[in-house]
Amino acid sequence: MNIKTSAAAGTLESSDAYVMVEPSDTLEIAIESVVYNQYADQIRAGIEQVLDQLGVKTGRISINDKGAVDCVIQARVETAIKRAGGEG
Amino acid sequence: MSKLVASIREAIEKCELRDGMTISFHHHMRNGDYVLNMVLEEIAKMGIKNLTVNASSIFDIHEPIIGHIQNGVVTGLECNYMGAKVGKAISEGVLEKPVIFRSHGGRASDMEKGTSVIDVAFIAAPTADDMGNCTGKLGPSACGSIGYAFADAMNAKKVVVVTDNLVPYPLVGFSIPEVYVDYVVTVDQIGNPAGIVSGTTKITRDPVGLRMANYTAQVIEASGLLRDGFSFQTGAGGATLATAQYVKEKMLAKGIKGSYGMGGITGYMVDMLNEGCFQALLDVQCFDLKAVESIRTNPKHMEVSATQYAGVSGKSAGVDNLDVVLLGATQVDLDFNVNVHTDSNGYIMGGSGGHCDTAAGAKLAIIIAPLTRARLPLVVDRCLCISTPGKTVDVVVTQRGIAVNTKYGKNAELKEKLKAAKLPVVEIEDLKQKAEELAGVPKPVQLGQKVVANVLYRDGTLLDVIHAVR
Repeated sequence: MNIKTSAAAGTLESSDAYVMVEPSDTLEIAIESVVYNQYADQIRAGIEQVLDQLGVKTGRISINDKGAVDCVIQARVETAIKRAGGEG
Repeated sequence: MSKLVASIREAIEKCELRDGMTISFHHHMRNGDYVLNMVLEEIAKMGIKNLTVNASSIFDIHEPIIGHIQNGVVTGLECNYMGAKVGKAISEGVLEKPVIFRSHGGRASDMEKGTSVIDVAFIAAPTADDMGNCTGKLGPSACGSIGYAFADAMNAKKVVVVTDNLVPYPLVGFSIPEVYVDYVVTVDQIGNPAGIVSGTTKITRDPVGLRMANYTAQVIEASGLLRDGFSFQTGAGGATLATAQYVKEKMLAKGIKGSYGMGGITGYMVDMLNEGCFQALLDVQCFDLKAVESIRTNPKHMEVSATQYAGVSGKSAGVDNLDVVLLGATQVDLDFNVNVHTDSNGYIMGGSGGHCDTAAGAKLAIIIAPLTRARLPLVVDRCLCISTPGKTVDVVVTQRGIAVNTKYGKNAELKEKLKAAKLPVVEIEDLKQKAEELAGVPKPVQLGQKVVANVLYRDGTLLDVIHAVR
């Protein structure tokens, strides 16, 4: 799956995350989080897992996390990517 | 004779304020207070340096104090609560000397015991006469109770009343009498009453909050304390207000006649008084304008000083007879110690206020907080700061379970009562584990070496220290 256009998913409510994806020649992950000190590694690992599953090799993934748990972050990332690339 | 002087500057000069002295303020105007900033600005212009400010609380509106710290006007800070704006600067080390945090009771009692000496107290007074009789109940900037200012007035070497509503002598219905007051000064406005209502003062509609409130009301009922003569304190948080609502419904349904409601008073407590749940309210500060209106008009809504509310220097205090208090927490640890001073990153964003005083006094001290807040688990191995010692905390209510503190040889019977009431009683360790299963285990926060605050317990002893953030 390729990120063909820019797209977003999520909100900036507490315990949610706002994820933006954009086309890029390289793979970049930018994490901003209210719990960065406590959970940055887990957030990155969660995002990378979704990218692997969807076969995304390039693109810029930016997340503004307001303390979402992993499954929420992963759902937001997956949705944003699917909105940007189209299914299949 | 008149004690009226022309300006704040003249009052400062007449009080002979010098480098190195301590000045004090009270916080009943809360985030609408203009007086602290006004006085410090004048002091800065006069070139006086190296002052210690003892304010019962520091709110975000007091942000200019950071500038006064940076230019050496203020080199010491003592308070019972500090909002996040000034708290951030303190946590980042702007002040050389550690802040001294006290509780509301501890501050008043330290002044009375002479361990905290105030050279000049500035009292923001919504109404005063020219001899210094003053009250918070009347005037365009009415804030209701001025309970925290009594200790300042009675113990400071010099006392300046600052008002925006001067009335002819003698003021009828004064709170603080002229006998303590040296000078009176009028200003355009001592503050904005709209700022009194700060923080959450509305009942929550959040289902998590409502579930915690529902559990808490059931805990109170199951404890057996909800009977004639019941005494009660709540804070102004959304879930605690919802609990008060449930407690009120139970009291009305069963015809229970309580004794007193106490603390910072909200309109919800006023409703409970008016509907016959309590004989009286003991009010040390008003949290909203409905409470201000009530204390002005209802003789059963009584003003109390900080000492009478929560002190240890008097022969008794209201907290000593309290049945139930509802309290918040940013962190609770496995020994039931509670943090209300810092957030989970170690930044100062609060303070004890009456937290540790009421926990120590109440028969049942209940902490209400969600299992996680923005992913961060409530229960940790060790609080970043101990604001209230675990031995004074009885129950922790979350939406996912209720932990009863039996670690200090108490509450065994309470635990059985809550189980019998079919409440979801768990161990404190379970709450930590449940949160970590949901959110993951947080990486421990690394703090700096520098101590930016000393937290004193209500008896004046050192309870904990707060380190700088990195």
